[in-house]
Amino acid sequence: MNPEVIREYLPLYKEAFILTLRTGWIGILLAFAIGILVAFAIHFRVPVLSKIASVYVELFRNTPLLVQLFFIYFALPKIGLSIPAETCGAVGLGLLGGSYMAEGIRSGLDAVPVSQEESALALGLTKRQLFTYVVFPEAMSISIPAIVANVIFLLKETSVFSAISLMDLMFTAKDLIGLYYDTTEALVLLVVFYIIMLLPVSILGSIIEKRVRLRTLGG
Amino acid sequence: MGFEVLAKGNNAMRLLEGLGVAMRISLISVVISIVLGVILGVLVELKRPFIMAFFRVYLEIVRIMPQMVLLFIVYFGTTKALGLNLSAEAASIIVFSFWGAAEMADLVRGALGGIPVIQYESAASLGLTRIQTYRYVIVPQIVRRMIPLSINLITRMIKTTSLVMMIGIVEVLKVGQQIIEANRKSSPNAAFGIFATVFLLYFLACWPISQLAKYLEKKWEN
Repeated sequence: MNPEVIREYLPLYKEAFILTLRTGWIGILLAFAIGILVAFAIHFRVPVLSKIASVYVELFRNTPLLVQLFFIYFALPKIGLSIPAETCGAVGLGLLGGSYMAEGIRSGLDAVPVSQEESALALGLTKRQLFTYVVFPEAMSISIPAIVANVIFLLKETSVFSAISLMDLMFTAKDLIGLYYDTTEALVLLVVFYIIMLLPVSILGSIIEKRVRLRTLGG
Repeated sequence: MGFEVLAKGNNAMRLLEGLGVAMRISLISVVISIVLGVILGVLVELKRPFIMAFFRVYLEIVRIMPQMVLLFIVYFGTTKALGLNLSAEAASIIVFSFWGAAEMADLVRGALGGIPVIQYESAASLGLTRIQTYRYVIVPQIVRRMIPLSINLITRMIKTTSLVMMIGIVEVLKVGQQIIEANRKSSPNAAFGIFATVFLLYFLACWPISQLAKYLEKKWEN
């Protein structure tokens, strides 16, 4: 390993890291928003919308992100819908993640015991109060492990962005290997930056999961 | 819309063959993952500190490293570091098995740990030997819990194999790109038709399998 090479590569990786992180987190926020809306549509059996939502979930859960990105980036322009690469990455990640988040949140909503709803209604809560103060908070705390797992999964999936020529960490590593053949240095930096990106989230996830489990043990 | 290229020559057949390559890699990896994962999962349940520590590190690596990064490390890294000339297909099978075995071991560990102690005690009080306990009580329950999860692993493996085009394996996406390139003049919209077809092909490959997993999971729910 040559420290000179690492020093030279570092700024390139830093730039790529910021781009990966930015696109990734925008995608994750988008995924969360889509996930909540879709989960509501399915849980409350909203006519028509719930059908569309189910088809969306099945379609995007059963296809790889790479194929989805290729479709959005290369195929949609042919029918007049051109999207810049970075937006495309965030939207693709959001659509993929939305289907996973929806499943997680929906199963949380379904897991809230009926007795909770009945008790709340017996206490005189309106339907709206029942949902905002009882069902939704409980469902979210049930879904948290799934949501955290999905966030980690989606951050890892950002590595696919290089396929639509976004200059992310993967792209930078591949580019440098191809240009200068300093394979070891390029790969070590790649690994280090992915650890910086994911280890904190993974540790935080374990802590949250433990706390959620404590809650259920007490209950 | 660009679907007409599929009818030209043997383009449709080539796409399917590309999908076949991806399926072959994922099936081989799944089989290796299941075998290694079951062995490792049982070893971890023995709760020896050394194995536990090793497993935690292994699991964390798989948890936070994207498969694509692992692919690059094995494909480009080993060539450089060990002077080993791995084929792209071998590299991808190694990576996917490395990943799948960890996932599988964690599932086995979870399923084994999820069996209440009372089951072992009841079996012992009925006079079953250790082997009989496992043969008639524990293993059947584990298998029921594991089968839907293993089937899910197959679909995840199939989806992940789409990455292998990034290290130069000619699978369905790569074939798609080649067809688009070759027909650039005659069907300028081929990209739409081809990528829509690839999207659908992946869906058709994965959806029935995940439905089966869902069905079995419901059916065997205690």
